Amino acid sequence: MAIRRILIANRGEIAARIIRTCRALDIETVLAVSSADRDSEPARQADRVVCIGPARSTDSYLNAAAIVHAAVATGADAIHPGYGFLSERAILPQLCATAGIVFIGPTADQLAAVGDKLRARAEAEAAGVPVVPGGAANSRAEAQSLARTITAPLLVKAVGGGGGRGLKRVARVEDLPEMLDLAAAEAGAAFGDARIYLEHYIEHGRHVEVQVLGDGEGRVIQLGERDCSVQRRYQKLIEETPAPGLAAHLRHSLQQAAVRFAERLHYRGAGTVEFIVDTRREAFYFLEMNARIQVEHPVTEAVTGVDLIAEQIAIADGSGLRLRQSDVRPMGCAIECRINAEDYRHDFRPSPGRVREVSWPCAAGIRVDTHVVAGSSIPPFYDSLIAKIIAKSGDRATALAHLRGAIAATRINGVESNLGFHAAALADAEFQRGGVDTGFVERLFARRPDLCGQGAAGASHG
Amino acid sequence: MTLTAADVAEIMRIVETSKFDELNLEIDGIKLTLRREGASGKFARDATQSGLNETGAPAAAGPVAAGPVAAGSVAAGPIVSGPADANLRDITSPMLGTFYRAPKPGSAPFVEIGSVVKEDSVIAIIEVMKLMNTVRAGVKGVITEILPADETLVEFGQILMRARKDA
Repeated sequence: MAIRRILIANRGEIAARIIRTCRALDIETVLAVSSADRDSEPARQADRVVCIGPARSTDSYLNAAAIVHAAVATGADAIHPGYGFLSERAILPQLCATAGIVFIGPTADQLAAVGDKLRARAEAEAAGVPVVPGGAANSRAEAQSLARTITAPLLVKAVGGGGGRGLKRVARVEDLPEMLDLAAAEAGAAFGDARIYLEHYIEHGRHVEVQVLGDGEGRVIQLGERDCSVQRRYQKLIEETPAPGLAAHLRHSLQQAAVRFAERLHYRGAGTVEFIVDTRREAFYFLEMNARIQVEHPVTEAVTGVDLIAEQIAIADGSGLRLRQSDVRPMGCAIECRINAEDYRHDFRPSPGRVREVSWPCAAGIRVDTHVVAGSSIPPFYDSLIAKIIAKSGDRATALAHLRGAIAATRINGVESNLGFHAAALADAEFQRGGVDTGFVERLFARRPDLCGQGAAGASHG
Repeated sequence: MTLTAADVAEIMRIVETSKFDELNLEIDGIKLTLRREGASGKFARDATQSGLNETGAPAAAGPVAAGPVAAGSVAAGPIVSGPADANLRDITSPMLGTFYRAPKPGSAPFVEIGSVVKEDSVIAIIEVMKLMNTVRAGVKGVITEILPADETLVEFGQILMRARKDA
């Protein structure tokens, strides 16, 4: 391999995760940190740490110039962007190219193609991948006319959004006009792009996504799907593979659609094509592509035995795809819980602070991805993910039982966590049956009023 | 609610006896900022009362040159601990980048040890991806120490120089 030293432009559990694979590959790591993360566990694990800016992420983790400069100055060959932050901004691969640094990810053009959600829809259609009925809404008249065609309920989406951000649900076509202005204003403020588009909102949808790897030359393989339907406000909480109870022909069609989409882009690296599955119609539609490693990648690793970070590095290093499609043989089931420092009893509000004591589960078939140890600080400036607990077994019922045991064995003191939520979700009969839709969390809270603080959750789950 | 003169006096008394150096208070559009120069504030007053010079040199520190103190003597002098250190200010890097002491190769550095600087004096350049950013002293005084080697990587928050603040 030519890549000997990687600068990691991220923090938290994914920084620790990338360091783990780099160590296994005998690649040195330079961790770019903000001043809030100088004493973090990943900073202790990395071979070298450079402070790129203050706590505020716009001045540190989103500062592409500082990150690329740091990579050059520390002699790094490549930058791994992790997820979030700059991972899907074309500016990072562009600056890397001018500085002679390898960007571990897709090309700037591919990031632009999937980052513009309307363009991604057009690419999906061109690849013969079904999209949710919808389209651009450049004017009120256009939006109104489109809304009548695709029918309510509607989702107003930001063209520059994604990852569950910049979404507004509209129950009736009459309510659309006032939402349009608000959505455009918010999109402009949040993404620097006020363009919005409309889609029909599919109720009782399941969120199913397909992991792909591409060599950048047009060859793409898929590593199975993940079901991420356990969400709250479009943020995933539990993910699993395979998607429970999905008809074989639907699963196959989804996987093939993801490959066609990525092939059309000559996609390079690891990516995920997201779909919404309409369980009543047995149909699926393209939602978006995430052009990066994803938070929930460990469930795919658990059943395929593939180290996705290692494959990302190999592709970036010019080794292409080291696996053929026939080499990918998923075995068993894996389920992941995202452990967040948030108070699920009070509207899932973030609970930053210092972790006094922590005890992670340790058992066969259990994997814990975390950057949190006793004494770790959970800064208020970033997302609240503190760990992912993944259980893998030959069948779903056993994996679920192991995961419940692992959640019960976990102790976190000093900050609030959503462990109690996960214990309730995994114990719920509907989840145990499998194949829940995205309305599951709302129904769970309705069934279990004891999960809420006084009157807090009723409003939040509407 | 508004602040009376008596309130302000009371707040000043509280800050004076507290361990805090600064208080920012905003009530009903009134902004009150109280700043205490830590130990040095007290010390400077003592020094003035003792009729010493205004450099903030401690009365107990033996012979002190009258008038402006040469930076070299301050840095190398016997004044190494105690209240005098309170006048030393760290000048930290406002960003990650390459540290340059001079405006261009071959020209004289912006500052040397002993240079007298004002708050807005340029003391260095930090280059980030070919973009040159000037760094200002942010303090009125004398440069006593320059830490990074020229043309090396400095991190955000890294101490670039130390300066002895004018009392």
